[in-house]
Order: sequence, then structure tokens, then C-alpha cells
Amino acid sequence: MLDTIFFYLFALLTLLGAVLTITRRSAVHSAISLIVSLVGVAGLFLLQRAEFLFAVQIVLYIGGIMLLFLFVIMLVNLDRAERERQFSKAWWLALACVVGVGAEIAYFLTKGPAAFQFPPGAASPGVASAAAGGNVERLADALFSEYLLPFEMASLLLLVAVVGSVILAKKRI
Amino acid sequence: MSQYYTATDHFVLVPAIMLALFGCAILLFDFWVFPEPKQRKWLLAFLALGEAFAGYGLWQQHTYIAGQGIAELTAFQGSLVVDGFSLFFNWMFIAAASIVALMSYRYLEVEGEHHGEYYSLILLAQCGMYFLASGADLITLFVGLELMALCFYIMVGFLRSDKRSNEAAMKYLLLGGFSSGFLAYGFSLLYGLSGSTKLSEIGVAIARRDPADPVLLLAMVTTTVGLLFKISAVPFHMWAPDAYEGAPTTVTAYLSVGSKAASIAFLLRIFLGPLASARAAWEPLLVFAAIASLTVGNLAAISQHNIKRLLAYSSISHAGYMLLGLVAGNETGIKGVAVYVLVYTFTNLGVFLVIVALRREGLVGDNIDDLAGLMHKSPGYALLMLICLLSLAGIPPTAGFIGKYYIFLSLIQAGRYVLAAAAALYVAVAIYYYFRIVRSMFMSDAEDAGAMETTFGVRVAAALTGLGTLGIGIFPEPFLRFAGQSLIR
Repeated sequence: MLDTIFFYLFALLTLLGAVLTITRRSAVHSAISLIVSLVGVAGLFLLQRAEFLFAVQIVLYIGGIMLLFLFVIMLVNLDRAERERQFSKAWWLALACVVGVGAEIAYFLTKGPAAFQFPPGAASPGVASAAAGGNVERLADALFSEYLLPFEMASLLLLVAVVGSVILAKKRI
Repeated sequence: MSQYYTATDHFVLVPAIMLALFGCAILLFDFWVFPEPKQRKWLLAFLALGEAFAGYGLWQQHTYIAGQGIAELTAFQGSLVVDGFSLFFNWMFIAAASIVALMSYRYLEVEGEHHGEYYSLILLAQCGMYFLASGADLITLFVGLELMALCFYIMVGFLRSDKRSNEAAMKYLLLGGFSSGFLAYGFSLLYGLSGSTKLSEIGVAIARRDPADPVLLLAMVTTTVGLLFKISAVPFHMWAPDAYEGAPTTVTAYLSVGSKAASIAFLLRIFLGPLASARAAWEPLLVFAAIASLTVGNLAAISQHNIKRLLAYSSISHAGYMLLGLVAGNETGIKGVAVYVLVYTFTNLGVFLVIVALRREGLVGDNIDDLAGLMHKSPGYALLMLICLLSLAGIPPTAGFIGKYYIFLSLIQAGRYVLAAAAALYVAVAIYYYFRIVRSMFMSDAEDAGAMETTFGVRVAAALTGLGTLGIGIFPEPFLRFAGQSLIR
């Protein structure tokens, strides 16, 4: 019961934030509404017992990425942007996307969980390692055993990104 | 060594470790030990050393697999696999990266953007290609793809004061990110369908499903869209002409052979691996993409005046030929794709090398008219260009003929006569626009009398590409056997 109440609370928060993000005129207001929406999503993660995703959502998205957004917004000229046309002319494209995704969701809602049933014999993730402990422990286990290689590769990816941003942005190298 | 990092894991990873290690070493040494512009040639030596160590690791894998008589060696709990396929492509990447590095030195000097990071990015991009050719896990493949793509985004925009280079990098970055989104979406659906990220387990799960399952179709279509973007097949080719034209010519060369070969390897791994049982569903898509690529690539190339743009369209059409080999689907076809990619690597590098060699102060060298009278100025490079263009068009005795021959043969063996005829017709169109370049080189008078300034590195690279293009054409046997070993079993 409590779970259901919290679900609707967080879902409302998410939707409200999302709607405000695209309807506010001021970019700062939009950014703050986006934070509200992301907090809602973080709450939904927590309801699903995904503590790690919850923490990542708070630390990375709300803490890191949104801060970056706000910085960028402060750097650009807001007065001019506010006087410009606020809505993109390609609304029909957005409408097509919404209809497409809506149809997809409707399909899965009508079909129920059967649509994502694993074929017999395939290992279903999560069940096998359910005994290993909580969500965070299991994630760490998978990350440092089964997915050790991609995890380490990501460090190279970040190195390249840093080198690239320095090369492209610095005047004299 | 522990249970998470066994001796086998290390053995399989060694070439990638070497590439990454020397890539990082170049960054550090460029900063601390060789700060003078004149000392940059030592970085080239580092790159050569890195390639040599990576090659040694590959050679050990090669002899081990052949000695044990096993088809494949898996590591990291099935994330990485060494088989004939990965070895074949990785040898090719080593050749491509080395040749590109050889021709880059003087070109970057002339452009005034010679930085040590360039060589590091070449190695790190190759590291990404290594994971693309030997990855057997969706996440490994995806991270490998992004590693390679990120290096290329940076290298395309390497001429920072050049507007075209900046524009090209921006377009490439945006469209590349867009296509990666499609791919990630497809991958997430594949994971949802099978409960595993390992290609082999996904294959088993998909084979059990109804081929007309809408979720499966959605996963397949989005994955296909992402992959076609990466190999620049029509209708997802828009980024190629702009990126090819704006990028530094050496990077264009690397992009057109390295990135393309790695993406083809990736595509073959996905389509011949997990998606093999859904063949009936993806074959029409690939037939459409192949024919559209041949049509758009060949017809748009006719009206181009910029050679790099022309080669971009020609590379789109070559992607069409490679897809046709996959469409035929028999052993000849897959072997044909492997041979085609190998041939294309040497040939295309040769063409770009001539454009790179033309570049000097005051001459960009990427216009067809810039090649006018090349025969009288430097017959050696004109001859190299001629051989490579003949090979691109697929005329014997050059290597390009062998590649096209196997593609056509596989189509005929599979009973797809219409496709074979259409593909053969487009060769005629291709000959027309390739010979526009030849005519400019041999028939016209030189517009400027400035001599070509080449370096030892460029000459070595020219010899390598010329030898590769002619050698594979005249003695195809060992290469065909090598490609035959590369089939995915």
C-alpha cells in the first residue's frame, strides 16, 4: 500500500518536472524542473530496490550533469534566447516519435509480461545470483568479474575523451 | 593472475594491452621527453614499437591456435574471442595503422597541426578496432566501437584552424552519436530477449523464438540501422562525404579503411552470430541497403570534383559490394567479404597516399585538377594511382578484381543472378568516374610546375600499398587461404 502511494508520488513528480521542463520560458526554470523530474526517477529506482541506480542518479545526474547544465545556461545569453520562438517547427517529428513509442508501450502493456519472457533454457539474470546479497553487491560482483573487460575499457574511453577535449578546445598545444 | 584474470585472458588481451600502453606512452613522452618539434620522429618509433609488440602478440595467438588445432579461444568469461576471423582483421588493422602513420608525418607538418597526440589516437583507435574484431559480448563490442569512434571524432577535427575540418568533426560526432543510440537500443532489446549479453547465448535464445516476433524484429531493425550507419551504407551515408572531405587526408584514409573494416567485422559478427537464425528477416533489409548504396554511391560520385568526396561516394558503393557478399551468405560470399576488405584496405590507402603526397604549401591536392599532368611530374605516383584506381574499379590483374570476383561468384552460386548483374553493371559506372582521375593525370598538362616533396616514410608507404594492391592480385593464393581460415564457425 505504502509502495503504491510512493509510486504515484514519484511518478507524479517525474511527469510534472518533465512537463515543466519543456514549457517554462526561462532556461534556468527548465533546468530546475528537470532536476525535479530526475529526483522522481531516482525515487522510482529506489522503489524497485535498485539502490545503486538511485545513488548514481542522485550523484551523477542531479549532482554532476545538472550542475554542468546550469553552468552552460549561465554562460549563454539568456535575454536573447527568451525572446526567440520557443517551440521547434519540427513538432510533427516529435509527434511521430510520441505515437511510435506510445504504440510500442501499448503493445507491451496489452501483451503483458509474456512479451519479455525468456525462452526456456536461457539463464534469466538476477535470479541466478539472487543469493549473493543486495543490489549493490551483485552489481559490483558482475562489474568486476563478468564485465571486468568492458569496465577497464571504459577507462581508455575516458582517457581519449579527456585528451580529445584538450586537443580540440585548447588554443596552443 | 587470479580467477578473474587468468593466463588465457592475458594471452588474448596482449595485443590490445600493447596498443593501449604505447598509446599512453606516446602521450607521456610527447609531453616530458620529446617536447621539441624535431623530436617527434621518435614518437613514430614508439608507434612502430607498439605495432611490433601487438603484432608479436597476434603472431603468438596465431601459432597457438594453429598448433592446438582449435577453432577459437575465449577469454574473460566469453567476452573476448580469438579465432581466424579476429586474427585476419587484426593483421589488417596493424597494416592500415602503420601505413597511415608513415604517411602522416610530413602531411601534419605542412598543415601546421603536428601534435604527438595524433599518433596516440591512431593506436587507441586501433585498440578499439581490436575489441570490435574479437569481441563476443554486446558491451565489449559497444565500448570498443565507442573507443574507436571517439578517436576518429577527434582526429577528423584535428585541423583546428580549418573550418571544414571542424564542421566535419561536428557532423560526424552528431550522426555517430545518433547511430550509437540506435545500436544501444537494439542491443538492449537483444539483451531483453535473451537475458544475456554474450553473442553465443543470444544466438541460442533467438533461434528458439518465432522469427516473426515483433520484439525480435524491432531489435533486429534498430541494430541493423546502427550498423549500417557505421559502415556508411545508404540510406545512412549522409555523414561520409562531409567527414571524408573535411578531415585531414591521412585521417580520411584511416577512416575509410580502418573504421570501415572494423565496422564490417562487427557487422559480420552480429549477423553471422546471434542474428543468423533470423536471416529471412534481415536479408531483404540488407539487399535494399546494398542496392541503394551501389546506386547512390556510384551515381553521386560521377559529378564530384573533389577527390576526397568522390572517394567517399566510392567507399559507399564498396560498402554495397561487401553487403552483397553477406547477402549471398554462402562460404564463398563471406570469404569474398574478407578478401574484399583486405584488398580495399591496401588499395584505398594507396589512393589517399597519392593525395597526401601532393599536399604542400599552397596546394591542397584534393581537387581532380590538382592531379593534372601528374604523369609528367612524378610518374611513380601517377602509376601507383593508376594501379589503385584500376583495383578499385576491379580490373585484373589488380587485387580489386579478386575481391569483386568472389562477391559475384558467391551471388551466382546462391542463385541471385539479378543482384549479380546489377552489381556488375555498376562496375561500368565506377570505371567511368575512376578514369576521370586517370585522364586528368595522363592526358592533361600540369597546371603548376612545383615538384612533389616526399619523404622516406611516404615512399615506404607507397611501396607497401602498391605491393599489396598488385601482390594480392597476382598471387592471391596465400591471401585467399588466409581469408578462408577467417570464417566464423
